[in-house]
Amino acid sequence: MSSDIFLIVPSAFLSGLIWFLAIVISLYLARTPAHYSIRALSRVIHNAMRLSAHSITHAEKLLQQRNKEVLLAQGREASERIIEREFDRIEATVRRDLAEYPAIHRMLSEEINRIDDDYKDSTEAPPNPPGWVKAVEAVAKIPSKGDPMVANILEDIHGSLQRANDKTLVEYRKANQSRHSYLKNMMPHWRKVLNLLNQVEKNVNGLFSRSVSIDRHMAEYEDILKRTDRSEQMLSSSSMTQFFISGIVLAIAVGGAIINFHLIARPLSEMVGGTSHIAGFQINTVSALVIILLEIAMGLFFMETMRITRLFPIIGALNDKVRIRMAVVFITILTCLACIEASLAFMRELLMEEDAATRAILRGDNASIVAQSAYLWITTAAQMGMGFILPFALMFVAIPLESFIHSMRTVLGVVAVGLLRIIEWALRLGGDIVKFMGNALIQLYDFTIFAPLWIETMIKHKQDERGPLSPEPSHSDTSASL
Amino acid sequence: MMRSFKHITLLAGALLLSGCSDQVSYSKGVYMLVDTSGTYTTELTQAQRIINFTLAKLNPGDTFVVARVDTGSFSEKDIVQKQTFEDRPSMANQQKRLFREGINKFIEDVKPSAYTDITGGMLQAIEYMNEAKSGIKTILIFSDLKEEIQAGYNRDIPIDLEGYRVIAINVTKLRSDNIDPVEYLDRLESWRNKVESGGGHWQVINDLERLEPIFSS
Repeated sequence: MSSDIFLIVPSAFLSGLIWFLAIVISLYLARTPAHYSIRALSRVIHNAMRLSAHSITHAEKLLQQRNKEVLLAQGREASERIIEREFDRIEATVRRDLAEYPAIHRMLSEEINRIDDDYKDSTEAPPNPPGWVKAVEAVAKIPSKGDPMVANILEDIHGSLQRANDKTLVEYRKANQSRHSYLKNMMPHWRKVLNLLNQVEKNVNGLFSRSVSIDRHMAEYEDILKRTDRSEQMLSSSSMTQFFISGIVLAIAVGGAIINFHLIARPLSEMVGGTSHIAGFQINTVSALVIILLEIAMGLFFMETMRITRLFPIIGALNDKVRIRMAVVFITILTCLACIEASLAFMRELLMEEDAATRAILRGDNASIVAQSAYLWITTAAQMGMGFILPFALMFVAIPLESFIHSMRTVLGVVAVGLLRIIEWALRLGGDIVKFMGNALIQLYDFTIFAPLWIETMIKHKQDERGPLSPEPSHSDTSASL
Repeated sequence: MMRSFKHITLLAGALLLSGCSDQVSYSKGVYMLVDTSGTYTTELTQAQRIINFTLAKLNPGDTFVVARVDTGSFSEKDIVQKQTFEDRPSMANQQKRLFREGINKFIEDVKPSAYTDITGGMLQAIEYMNEAKSGIKTILIFSDLKEEIQAGYNRDIPIDLEGYRVIAINVTKLRSDNIDPVEYLDRLESWRNKVESGGGHWQVINDLERLEPIFSS
């Protein structure tokens, strides 16, 4: 019935024909404004998309700049930390090793003095000839002339000289022996001196290797300060690596937290009940989650107070005394929580046993109530051990978390740049498509009114043959311009 | 001044906590009607098994009631055992054991009744469960579903079973059902209509192995 309103004459064909002609004539008459509207609309959309693409390009450049700033700032900070730590180590080395240097120097001086004394003591002093030897020589030159008296005296003198010589020789040998003993005593002093010098050499070499490492880090730091492309590439790649590695470690930590959660959620129902709910979750599961998060927070603060991580600059800026006190408090709380977890794990085992016994009673299976494994204590001990260790293991989540957060800034920046590039490309493509679609629509429009256009062209052609009559532009001119 | 500040802080904390806590009930409520009429008393060991199974499946905070179906079941006197289990799992286990002992005693001492007032039992179940405010409400009917009302008792009344699951268990076939199965099918169909017209969900479980899924939801 509703289609009857389109019937102008009783014949459906004739009505359709009249409608077609009316539409074609209307479209022909509205051709110029229709073309204008289509072209204007497509141009507006095209320009809007191009403008958007342009502004996104600008935003992308700004983001890239920001990424570079962030990357270099992080790199600078990391380099400063590394260099600072290297200097700390050098300071410790200097304090430990070179502080001993005066003592070593004193010991060396003492050893050298002893060696010097020994050396002096070991120098050879030729024995003095007895003073009366010259007198004896003079007496010996007196001619005896066969006088037996003189001969006896001379023989006595000779004997005395011989004895004096023997005595001197013995003394000389003794003196030599003594000198040799001095030289022998010098050996351990030499060894000690050698050891002390080796120690000094080792300390100096340690410092030298540290200085090489510092030189390397300083070169990197200078590159960062100069904002070189090399340093940017290096930091970007390092950031990506850090992101994925810390992500993997965090995933492992999440696994540990889930195990921890299951270990304490059930026994907590004995403490807080298992029937109340918060936001659709059982209160014991929420409590277990809160305890685990509390443990992670305590671990995080402990790591912060120990200056292993730097997520909270306020904690790092505290004076050492307060910081150490806070560290003690945090580790104490963590230990208490670990003990609570261990006891909850023990309770879990008891509850499981009781549940099993109740189920066995309800099944009427008395045999399984009596039969209990002798090795049940192993699982109990393992659960307790895990309950105690896992909180401390979760404490170390702070380290990958810090890396993850820092590297995430860079990674998110890179991802955002990628997304902006895709949007920019899509906008440019969309703008061009709209532009060409507008042209295609104009062509389609003309195609639907090809008959009047053809008639118009024929009339115009005939008029042209007669000579130009009208200076006004016709519709065909407009279509030709398209 | 300090005291009033403390009071305000405590009040704010309490309000915050009450705002966080969930008022929706997630507990299960199971009301089991056990037919004790005539020859059906021989099936009671089967009922005992189902009760034990149900006890094993219920959690702390859930409610379980076992009531007998006799001549006039719309009465609290027909409740054999009822228990809302404690929050603490260890206490709940003890309650389950006591519940089981009570049921064992009932099975030993039960005497067959002359009539079977299942509708009255269902009315009693609805009344009890609405008071208990359980989240998931289930009525188990352990019966052959052959209702026999004593003269003078009016049970031709609509039952509001909105939010209830009614599960007929162990619907045994009577001798007459074997002769004319249409009678059995008509009986089941009439109960289905009765439950579904009251807004409830009807289910028949004859194979007790299929009881497991109804407690998993």
